[in-house]
Amino acid sequence: MPSDLPVDHNPRHQLITTEAGNSCLQLTGSYTLVSLNPSLPAVARELAQLASQPGLYWDLTNIHQLDYAGAVMLWQIWGEQRPDHLLLRPEQEQMFQRLEKVVSLPEPTQRKWFLPVSLLGQQLLRFFDHLAGMISLSGQIVLDIVYLMTHPSRIPVREISANLYRTGAQALGITAIVGFLIGIVLSYLSSEQLHMLGADIYIVNILGMSIIRELGPMLAAILVAGRSGSAMTAQLGVMRVTEELDALTVMGIPHSLRLVLSKIIGLSLALPLIVLWTSSVALLGGLLAADLQVGLSIRYAVTTLPDAVPIANLWLGLGKGVVCGMAIALIACHFGLRIKPNTESLGEGTTNSVVTSITAVIIIDAIFAVAFSSIGIRVAG
Amino acid sequence: MTTAEPVIEIAGLTTRFGQNVIHENINLTVLKGEVLALVGGSGSGKTTLLRQMLGLITPAQGSVKVFGATHYDCGHEKERELRTRSGVLFQQGALFSALTVFDNIALPMRELRILSETMVRDLVMLKLGMVGVEAQHVHKMPSELSGGMIKRVALARALALDPELLFLDEPTAGLDPALSESFVELIRSLREELALTIVMVTHDLDTLVAISDRVVVLANRSIVALGPIPDIIANGRHPFIKDFFGGARGRNALRIFQQL
Ligand SMILES: Nc1ncnc2c1ncn2[C@@H]1O[C@H](COP(=O)(O)OP(=O)(O)O)[C@@H](O)[C@H]1O
Ligand SMILES: [Mg+2]
Repeated sequence: MPSDLPVDHNPRHQLITTEAGNSCLQLTGSYTLVSLNPSLPAVARELAQLASQPGLYWDLTNIHQLDYAGAVMLWQIWGEQRPDHLLLRPEQEQMFQRLEKVVSLPEPTQRKWFLPVSLLGQQLLRFFDHLAGMISLSGQIVLDIVYLMTHPSRIPVREISANLYRTGAQALGITAIVGFLIGIVLSYLSSEQLHMLGADIYIVNILGMSIIRELGPMLAAILVAGRSGSAMTAQLGVMRVTEELDALTVMGIPHSLRLVLSKIIGLSLALPLIVLWTSSVALLGGLLAADLQVGLSIRYAVTTLPDAVPIANLWLGLGKGVVCGMAIALIACHFGLRIKPNTESLGEGTTNSVVTSITAVIIIDAIFAVAFSSIGIRVAG
Repeated sequence: MTTAEPVIEIAGLTTRFGQNVIHENINLTVLKGEVLALVGGSGSGKTTLLRQMLGLITPAQGSVKVFGATHYDCGHEKERELRTRSGVLFQQGALFSALTVFDNIALPMRELRILSETMVRDLVMLKLGMVGVEAQHVHKMPSELSGGMIKRVALARALALDPELLFLDEPTAGLDPALSESFVELIRSLREELALTIVMVTHDLDTLVAISDRVVVLANRSIVALGPIPDIIANGRHPFIKDFFGGARGRNALRIFQQL
């Protein structure tokens, strides 16, 4: 209770007997949210006990201050109706008249069913809905590309270059650190094992194959999916919330062309370059570690690398970069454009976008592994 | 206004954003039960002054006291009490976009943790009734409401805790004349019913004339005029006052005073 309030602000009550012999509950002090905080539940309980007396008179005329919180408290103690004997001041009368007119809360129109079967069905429908949306967005992009081929001056060069910088150049630092560390760990673990077999020099084959064909592209794609995919979704989402997308549309600037296509082109150019960069740094880290661990000279390693790793693996890695870049940007834009104008949808859309694009990256990797299983791998014998 | 105790006391207030001085040595007292309007040119610091009173900005110099306490060094309990005793209607409504109309208004009540859910339900429906929002809208999301409806729901949320003090930032901006007139009427009737003290920022002369008791004119970083509208028109020397009240729109809105 705030101590600086005058004493009469506390909610008080006393039971008296009138001249006519009736018992009368006199309320004094203040019944407001401030004066009832935090004692409201206790006061309500006490009054409710007294209210059970039959034929009780309620006298509210001496209340110093009554607000709607206090009025609703009394109203509920009385069972949402006036007690038989009630004394009110005119302004209190007005408050209780309002309370009598309060309409009850209508039921929400559509009930949510959380049965497992319908939940599963909903998920499935949502999945197909997203799939259809993604396909129609890709179709729109193809149409845009066809249009740009006939109108080359309309190519959004500035946006593409801005996307290249944001998703490519600004990602160099983080991909380098992660790549370098993974290279060191991989090299450290495998060189120990190879050393036991006396096959030290094969470290070049292991590092080269795994990093160039598999690890470099995957690391780069997953990092970019988390970093740029979420940024793209959030950007489009905020533009939806602030009606910027609508502003673009009414200016005759189609957002599929200016926003989506430029992101897809930008990322499908940037990601292969980042793959190249991540793979090189990871290899460098691995070879440095091998040099320190088993004394394999870097010069020797670099000269044997072309023999150990067929060049097709490099093209495969870069190809994965292009495809993953397109997929990440497409997924990010799809989820971004679907965000509804509220904050919760923004968070949900961004999360879904990142999770989906990382899953897509791994699926693409698996498809590549199966489709190109005979390319770039030397089989013994 | 015989028992005029001060609700807000601003003394020697100076506000700065970097090198940019917005207010210099402002002194102002808001009395219990009055409607005080802040007017001034665009960028004269009306919103900033309102944000000072709300404790959203800390003054560079001077003090802002609300109910006798300063927002930024009065302790948790007192701060909560101050927030319970005042309500704010933001210019864009600032409804929580992820919550329904019902939950938006219930949020400050539930936050107190002393009201039962049935009390919250009755109070929310009561406040919605006061501002004239029909029951069919309670389960809608803010994005499904029209501009006028957003203002009403935001006003209901501002009134959720039965505040004594209400802040309104441009209450009628963005409403059409009919809607804005009914909104002003609503504020006036609520003021009489709930004995509110109101501080409002407005550009709209009709609103100003309809509900304000006193007007504060902000210009050149300080208060250039303060008082009831007829006094300001009679004595105001500042060019802004002449432009604001003397233009065609001004004369139109002020005819009411000539009729008195
Ligand atoms: N957060 C801020 N940072 C820097 N300058 C601000 C900030 N908020 C307001 N200003 C500046 O303060 C001045 C007054 O702003 P404001 O109070 O919004 O004016 P108005 O009277 O139109 O409501 C403007 O010049 C504005 O640029
Ligand atoms: Mg403003």
